Amino acid sequence: MEAAHCQPPPREKWLLTEELVIRPLHSGDIYASFQFRTLWDTDFMRENKVSHYRLFPKSLGQVISKFSVRELHISFTQGYWRTMQWGQPFIPSPPGAELWVWFQDSVTDVDATWKELTNVLSGIFCASLNFIDSTNTVQPSASFKPLGLGNVTDHSFLRYATLPREIVCTENLTPWKKLLPCGSKAGLAVLLKSEKLFHSSFHSQAVHIRSVCQDWQCKTTSWELRQTLNSVFDLHNSGQTKREWSLFKMFSRTLTEACPLASSSKLYIDITDNPQGEQFELSPATSLLSQAVVLGDRRTFSVYDLTQETTFGTVRSLNLLIRWKSNEGEMLRPLLHAERYVAGYGLQTGEIHTLMYNNHPYRSFPVLLLDSVPWYLRLYIHTLSVTSKGKDNKPSYIHYEPSKDRVKPHLLEMLIQLPPNSVTEVTVQFERALLKWTEYPPDPNHGFYVGSSVISSLVPSTVAMHTNSTRERPLFSSFFPCKEESSYFVRIYTEPLLVNLPTPDFSMPYNVICLTCTVVAVGYGSLYNLLTRSFQIEEPNPGLAKRIANVIRRMRGVPPL
Amino acid sequence: NINPCVQIIIHLLSVISQNSAGQFFSSGHTNNWAVLVCTSRFWFNYRHVANTLSVYRSVKRLGIPDSHIVLMLADDMACNHRNPKPATVFSHKNMELNVYGDDVEVDYRGYEVTVENFLRVLTGRLPPSTPRSKRLLSDDRSNILIYLTGHGGNGFLKFQDSEEISNVELADAFEQMWQKRRYNELLFIIDTCQGASMYERFYSPNIMALASSQVGEDSLSHQPDLAIGVHLMDRYTFYMLEFLEDIHPASKTNMNDLFKVCPKSQCVSTPGHRTDLFLRDPGSVLITDFFGSVRKVELTMDAINLTDPINPVNGEEQKEVYSYADQLPVSEIIHQKPKQKDWHPPDGFILGLWTLILLVFFKTYGIKHLKHIF
Repeated sequence: MEAAHCQPPPREKWLLTEELVIRPLHSGDIYASFQFRTLWDTDFMRENKVSHYRLFPKSLGQVISKFSVRELHISFTQGYWRTMQWGQPFIPSPPGAELWVWFQDSVTDVDATWKELTNVLSGIFCASLNFIDSTNTVQPSASFKPLGLGNVTDHSFLRYATLPREIVCTENLTPWKKLLPCGSKAGLAVLLKSEKLFHSSFHSQAVHIRSVCQDWQCKTTSWELRQTLNSVFDLHNSGQTKREWSLFKMFSRTLTEACPLASSSKLYIDITDNPQGEQFELSPATSLLSQAVVLGDRRTFSVYDLTQETTFGTVRSLNLLIRWKSNEGEMLRPLLHAERYVAGYGLQTGEIHTLMYNNHPYRSFPVLLLDSVPWYLRLYIHTLSVTSKGKDNKPSYIHYEPSKDRVKPHLLEMLIQLPPNSVTEVTVQFERALLKWTEYPPDPNHGFYVGSSVISSLVPSTVAMHTNSTRERPLFSSFFPCKEESSYFVRIYTEPLLVNLPTPDFSMPYNVICLTCTVVAVGYGSLYNLLTRSFQIEEPNPGLAKRIANVIRRMRGVPPL
Repeated sequence: NINPCVQIIIHLLSVISQNSAGQFFSSGHTNNWAVLVCTSRFWFNYRHVANTLSVYRSVKRLGIPDSHIVLMLADDMACNHRNPKPATVFSHKNMELNVYGDDVEVDYRGYEVTVENFLRVLTGRLPPSTPRSKRLLSDDRSNILIYLTGHGGNGFLKFQDSEEISNVELADAFEQMWQKRRYNELLFIIDTCQGASMYERFYSPNIMALASSQVGEDSLSHQPDLAIGVHLMDRYTFYMLEFLEDIHPASKTNMNDLFKVCPKSQCVSTPGHRTDLFLRDPGSVLITDFFGSVRKVELTMDAINLTDPINPVNGEEQKEVYSYADQLPVSEIIHQKPKQKDWHPPDGFILGLWTLILLVFFKTYGIKHLKHIF
């Protein structure tokens, strides 16, 4: 009998996976994370023309091929992620808009390509990304290594920019939803209703494009497009009295079917803190359980597979209900978190303090701090100090690029080793600049934003991480590639800062013009009159009687009166 | 080879009767555009954003697609932190009608709404990298609706509390548009205080203008909503929205009905209009000529040859093995060589300074030292 040849089924050129992870938080809030991933086995660079875009959106495909993009990450966030109350997010993002791009090494003028790319993206996402220019773009020298494949990491092809002031609203969600293969008509995307999503404590939507391995041999690559949406819904803000969440309460919709184009459509509920069901109750019950190692911890999830008809039951719709029974339980303290604030008084000088907390009892780990400060806050780098536990902590790597007025911002990157169970404080003094009066925005008294600091770190993990990057892992655990088992990569963002710059009185030009014109008119006018006025004697006008008498006298030939 | 469009038209004309062909080209426009601008910033100017969004909503409902609408909102009211119902902008009190909707695309927002950008959009003089959604790509067969709202005065309209556009500038911009053949007919609607002053100076043909108040009068707001805390709409646009809600894509209502919207009893100010520059009689101009986009469909029975599809060439497999980059390679970072700074030739100042120093040296000590150096 000859051995049967087991051919693997021919792999689809396009693959769509969608998933929603719901994690109940200890404060009563609930964290929902959507991820939609489209994999496309093609190579934009080798094939000169691609004409058939099936699941991959054409607008992004054309952007990638026209601007020779190797990796693109763009995120729009409203709100600030509170690490101490909510733990670590699956996909971190800073408040406002953030864009970082790795270009291919075939690009000759990276700055011009970057400027064109930001303009095109501002049209696609209806955001004012065209405000990204050389005054807020930096080129990090060690942070933001590519998340996708590639053997060359020359940082001159990397650009990073944030717009902390950028607002996220329905006009950004609409084009984001239009990029999905099923739109917002089927699958998990039906839950994305703007009225509920923006009535939340935190909302972040992002698009990540990178190239990944097609299989474990990694000889060929495919393009991966991940669209992620993270939301944290507030218990009290939504007007609830009981501690109970359901899909209908969160999104005002229920699930009725999976996206027909998706090969996998799953809903995960984090039940790690609820092994026997003593904390909260989940209905409808499901027998599917899955375990995944994510963020350095092994978590257990209840899984609802939307591609199965049985998930929806007899009512043909899935409305998940999570009802709390008890209020106990402590959240695991995150190992790394950071804060940043401005100290000082007055409108001349100030001090930026960044605090980084290492909550691990005995392990120390390195963090890479990236700070990009606009040029109008002139940093005094000689006052930079890094202290841990009261003692000086010298960073093993410092990269500083000074700013140039109106051309580029400050860039400060430091690699600091955080000692165990400690607080590390980084302080630097600055002076505020006086801008030209045309450079102020229409509402200058609101203040000026300084983008969040980025802290990248390899945090020791409690369980062994998976280093084998196969495709069977759920999406939320496979975002950051893992090289070693004992630690996992994490990126956290600090708060953005809002500083007041000395603001002039904008009515002064009007005042000056009025005053000058008045002084000139009064002063010069009177002088001119004095110099050029000549006096003439004029007879007063005689009365009517006299005039008639003069007429009669003239007729008589007698001289007038 | 004759242009295939011309071929289709010739074929069409030969098949259908003369009457239908005449009807086909009677109104003179083949596409519709809309430029809707709200020029006010800050939360208490909620009503101006609601005005613009209600016109946007009507225009979209009557058929103009987002690609043909340039929407400029100077501030964000829907996701403003003061809004008790985020992602909504209401036009009627008690939150009856959400004009923001679920499918809105704002092209210029926030600080981008400036006089310069507005005039560049109108005249088409935009930088080459501007995306299509931010451009007014009209031609000489386009009917354009331009709607402005905000705070204004006699002869000017204020943009974002920091600059203004005058009626002369606006008239000149329209003249540029006429000279560049960028419109067929233009409908200009303005809802500000003393709005009629803005159309006084127009001098280009085919413009019809409407304003919410005469010179010397203020346009008033309609009603506040106590839950939101601000006035929701201006009176003129409120009654205009009510009028437009009755229009559907096949309506035959004409401009004379639009002129009658909001009489003095409802509006307190006297709305004005100007039609002397317009060639057609306002009674024969349909509302849908400007607010709707009635597209004409051409039917053809001919087969059209498409080009051959591009067959992707399968290259040989790369023998190179790829791998993911290390996210935080600590040792590599510590031993990173500093970037070689590009060498720039010395500045003029430095050169001048050194020349001065050398001159002083040689003057003091005499020229005989020169031979020791060279």
